[in-house]
Amino acid sequence: MSDALDVLDQVGKWKASGKGVAIATVITTWGSSPRPIGSQLGVDDTGAMVGSVSGGCIEGAVVQEALAAIKDGKPRMLDFGVTDEQAWDVGLACGGKVQVFVEKVN
Amino acid sequence: MKAETIKALQDARTERRAVTLATRLSDAAEALVYLDKAEGALSGDAAIVSAARRAMDIGRSETVDIGGAKIFLNVYVPPARLIIVGAVHIAQSLAPMATMLDFDVTVVDPRGAWATANRFPGVKVIQDWADEAFQAMGLDASTAVVTLTHDPKLDDPALEAALKSDVFYVGALGSKRTHAKRKDRLSEAGITDEQFSRIHGPVGLNIGAKSPAEIAVSILGQIVEVRARRLEALSAPKVAAA
Repeated sequence: MSDALDVLDQVGKWKASGKGVAIATVITTWGSSPRPIGSQLGVDDTGAMVGSVSGGCIEGAVVQEALAAIKDGKPRMLDFGVTDEQAWDVGLACGGKVQVFVEKVN
Repeated sequence: MKAETIKALQDARTERRAVTLATRLSDAAEALVYLDKAEGALSGDAAIVSAARRAMDIGRSETVDIGGAKIFLNVYVPPARLIIVGAVHIAQSLAPMATMLDFDVTVVDPRGAWATANRFPGVKVIQDWADEAFQAMGLDASTAVVTLTHDPKLDDPALEAALKSDVFYVGALGSKRTHAKRKDRLSEAGITDEQFSRIHGPVGLNIGAKSPAEIAVSILGQIVEVRARRLEALSAPKVAAA
């Protein structure tokens, strides 16, 4: 099964049940990054998640922005860059950087 | 993203159609670009549609700059499909391993005693002759076919059909001697030497595999390699030209 479409399946169900929903997508990566371009995280208005945009380190921040996007309807661009030492701590491979686009599902 | 876009992406998967979702990052305006049509707010922009088709061609999602606007092209290609002909012991290892590698797996065998759902939990099992089953499924360039029955009656029609299609991988279980005899039979059936040379036979990488599970690893290693080399070949010249 395709990973990205599994996320969209769940997002579609949330939306159909009347929930506010946002999707975060990895749109650019530099260096080694744990999740490839196109990886997605779906978030509902209670903060429930499906999928992933990293090894788990930036999801918390992404969920906050997703909740804000559900409220105001505006898309957002998030940049996560980490130094080598931080990278190990947060689970991004050495020097990995990711850019994540967050948008509400209308 | 629009809820209708999600529905369209799900439909494309069901129909095994490739599609690129183009999103303008400033305002989340979209276009769904297929090989033969484009839909959505950005679908009138020829430069976006053409970039989306190129991304689809090489199977790679990327962010591009078009007329000063950043456009994210997210490529959704149908999952690679593995059709296993012969619901045999090796297939019982091959099917779950291929599923772990995100292949959409179908096992085909006309013999009712073999082609049972409880021998192959979680994958599609079709009790039919391979050529008939292939006709119903439609073989495409993201499909791999492996024959495992050791029985020419079952394997040969499957190989014939696979070689006449544009599947990306054809493999046939059997020794070099078996493979040589197979060549004679298929040549009588009108398969050219060039077509026959597409068959990986004896199937799999030469890793000294003995057990069914080891043979499954060697087959999957080869399929993954063939697919990766093909994607490399597809993407290299086009990136250089862009």
